[in-house]
Amino acid sequence: MTEKGAAEPLIRVSALSEGTVIDHLVAGTALKVLDILGIEFEGAVTIGMNLESRKMGQKDIIKIEHREVSPNEVAKIAVVSPRASFSIIRDFKVVEKFSPTPPKLIEGLIWCKNPSCISREDRVKSKFVVVRMDPLQIRCHYCERSQRKEEIELL
Amino acid sequence: MTAPAPDTDSFAGRDLISMRDYKRDELLAFLDEATFYEGYQEPLLKGKVLASLFFEPSTRTQLSFASAMQRLGGSTLGFSDAKLSSMAKGESLSDTIRVVESYCDIILIRHPREGAARLASESTSLPVINAGDGTNQHPSQTLLDLYTVRQTRGRLDNLKIAFIGDLKYSRTVHSLIETLTHFDNEIFLVSPQSLRTPPEFIEELDARGTVYTEDEDFFSIASDVDIIYTTRIQQERFPDPIEYEKVKNAYRIDREAIERVGADVTLMHPLPRLNEISTDLDDYPGAAYFDQAKNGVTVRKAILSLLLGASR
Ligand SMILES: [Zn+2]
Repeated sequence: MTEKGAAEPLIRVSALSEGTVIDHLVAGTALKVLDILGIEFEGAVTIGMNLESRKMGQKDIIKIEHREVSPNEVAKIAVVSPRASFSIIRDFKVVEKFSPTPPKLIEGLIWCKNPSCISREDRVKSKFVVVRMDPLQIRCHYCERSQRKEEIELL
Repeated sequence: MTAPAPDTDSFAGRDLISMRDYKRDELLAFLDEATFYEGYQEPLLKGKVLASLFFEPSTRTQLSFASAMQRLGGSTLGFSDAKLSSMAKGESLSDTIRVVESYCDIILIRHPREGAARLASESTSLPVINAGDGTNQHPSQTLLDLYTVRQTRGRLDNLKIAFIGDLKYSRTVHSLIETLTHFDNEIFLVSPQSLRTPPEFIEELDARGTVYTEDEDFFSIASDVDIIYTTRIQQERFPDPIEYEKVKNAYRIDREAIERVGADVTLMHPLPRLNEISTDLDDYPGAAYFDQAKNGVTVRKAILSLLLGASR
């Protein structure tokens, strides 16, 4: 990473022995991301919000000790923050670093806001086509209604 | 940019769920093929069965498809009301489709919930035709509208087309406007403030670079239009009956109105009409609304044959 924003050294103070760093979150989404990950953590959780970022203007960052993320969680986080980057730390080293591939189809993660959409019936898994990534706009595969980022409700 | 026209065989086994699933050249191939079905009555679909599942009534659409099927020697079974179906007993739509699949060769579905036809198509390998899913799509209506536009004006581009009336809730209008963005036309959107075109359709017009104008007053914008497409303004959209009366009469098309916009205009309406088009226009040469109904059968003959892979 070439980014060396003024806020970076501060956040590096608490080096992780093992866990996950989720960086480049859209500013203001950190709490939503914690919500996606659930709130029962064993280790320390460090949250930085509205940090300066050369790339993004402002960003949020989360460090979670003793916790790795599942592919399903990554997909959900990509919906709220498409450009997030994930670093998996083991023994103080970054063993894996990745950004979620923007999905073309989001399955079973989002609730269709149209009350008369057939996907709201039992037994139907919701499906959304990604129309535009940034800012996120999605269209229900079933009822074909568009939803904007601010309207999206995660299941 | 002249891709070869799609072979009509390429439609065999496909579904007709949403106009979004069909590209411009496919639409044109469809319309070209449909012209051959004008008055065509050979038993092309002999032995084929259409299951016509109407979870809400729509007599006109159901009759039109049944007529198309019978004209081509096929037969139709089904129901015209959810109360008569096992859905009333709580069976899921997917289960109903899986059962019906063994009775027929092609499925036609009308359902009050948006997305129902898409879900039905995922529950069977048979071709599924959407005959209206809530406020979402009604593709055979859109195809017959396009067919009528081309039949009356001889082309699908370089036209000035005015849509009048309820542009907020009219599925017919939304679908036709969206499909017309494949072609180069100028669109006029005329409606009362409270029934304007929803922003997501306007955004789509912007994204596709379609030229359009929105207004409340038809006469202030629509001089020498080629087509006027009117829709019903339903009373239940207006909490205030006085407001409804005002609006209803403001968007009524009669002979005087036609003379003001120029005589060579095509008048379209999905029917049934209330009073949006005065009956004194029924013998006007540009009145195309009964042609739309007739073209409905022609286009539906083509839809059934193409999806069933029956070659003419
Ligand atoms: Zn939906």
